[in-house]
Amino acid sequence: MRAIDLPLAPDVVESLSMGDMCELSGVLYTARDAAHKRMLEDAARGEPLPIDVAGQVLYYVGPTPPKPGAVIGSAGPTTSGRMDAYTPRMLELGLTGMIGKGGRSPAVVEAIARHRAVYFAAIGGTAALLAKRIREVELIAYEDLGTEAIRRLVVERFPVVVAVDSRGKDIFAEGFKEFAK
Amino acid sequence: MRTIDASEVTARIREMSIESNYHVDPAYVRKVEEAKAGETSSLGLMVLDQITENAALASAERVPYCQDTGVSIVFAEVGQDVRIEGGLLEDAINEGIRQGYRDGYLRGSVVNDPLRRVNTKDNTPAVIHYRVVEGNRLKLYFAAKGTGAENMSMARMLKPSDGREGVIQTIVNHVFNSGGNPCPPILLGIGLGGSIEKAALQAKWALFRELGTPNPDPLVAELEGDILEAVNRTGVGPMGMGGDTTCIAVHVETYACHIGALPICVNVECHAHRHAEVVL
Repeated sequence: MRAIDLPLAPDVVESLSMGDMCELSGVLYTARDAAHKRMLEDAARGEPLPIDVAGQVLYYVGPTPPKPGAVIGSAGPTTSGRMDAYTPRMLELGLTGMIGKGGRSPAVVEAIARHRAVYFAAIGGTAALLAKRIREVELIAYEDLGTEAIRRLVVERFPVVVAVDSRGKDIFAEGFKEFAK
Repeated sequence: MRTIDASEVTARIREMSIESNYHVDPAYVRKVEEAKAGETSSLGLMVLDQITENAALASAERVPYCQDTGVSIVFAEVGQDVRIEGGLLEDAINEGIRQGYRDGYLRGSVVNDPLRRVNTKDNTPAVIHYRVVEGNRLKLYFAAKGTGAENMSMARMLKPSDGREGVIQTIVNHVFNSGGNPCPPILLGIGLGGSIEKAALQAKWALFRELGTPNPDPLVAELEGDILEAVNRTGVGPMGMGGDTTCIAVHVETYACHIGALPICVNVECHAHRHAEVVL
């Protein structure tokens, strides 16, 4: 298990390999379907994005409402493939990392390698456990989107697996091979 | 004729929506626990460990197991000697969803319309299926269906000549292509026969069967076993990252069909198996 600080330093990104189990500590931003759509509409109009994604890591999550006294509700990853349409553009804008679940399209895997970025998989459905590793939550933008709003999270020892590394090695394309009978 | 007050329906739906989201089906968690012994991928084993740990934590702290608290699916078996008093059954069910999702701090994951896409904030409306049955009881089945798995569902009209082997191959290919998206280890609900909508309904209904119990028809039970084995040979593994545990159970429901048809629908369920039922 590797301890990794966020935001990701370029040499750290290069050192990550497909299948590495990591624990992330530091700042993440949440964004899923609707926030991606709106951010790229902003960008297309030449308007600044509500967050500067350059060098940052996005977490694809729409948490449940927090119970009284909790910083966040349950907060596991959503299916990343739905963000594939937006991801090459986000990488062009300088995004370095993403956390979600499930495979990415060949175009996204290629863009990850070209931009020397990384895609982490968190374990889908383990949302109560993952919420425990989130220390701070701050609403940043698109409040009207509710669970889909952009939030700034501070996480501590947030468990993930390197699913697509900066060389384009993809666990969802290769992981099964060793176990297929 | 027996009367049931609509408010009682609301109260029970409210309770089922909250409790099932906090406590996933313990039989599913047991199956995942048992699968650890046969899992040879260390990454896969880590995933299975995290799943069982998450189940225990969500239950102990009474928080949702998964942040996707699903679209609410309700099957209502209405005895033909029952009368609902004090409102429409549909309204009573939706009011229960509204209260449960609000009071249980569950996520509103439903938009009002597939094109306008405005979140209704209270997870209504539920998707409700009714069946009129004998007797003077009302039986309500509730499921919170996460969309990662639901999106990986599939319907196809096979040819009768595709036969049993075609059915197995179609399912295996589909599970393989779905990879990690539906959050394996999965449960497969399969509707075979009928018409396109009957197969879809049967596939969903199959998920309500007590986990891992075989179809009473031995021919179908054997098919379930063969599908399970074939799917677990794909190597997809826990969360699609490679391993031996892709699927923990297969439930097939069949129905008569046209001489020229072999409809099949696969409804995929993730490891967040949230099901409850109650008899009024």
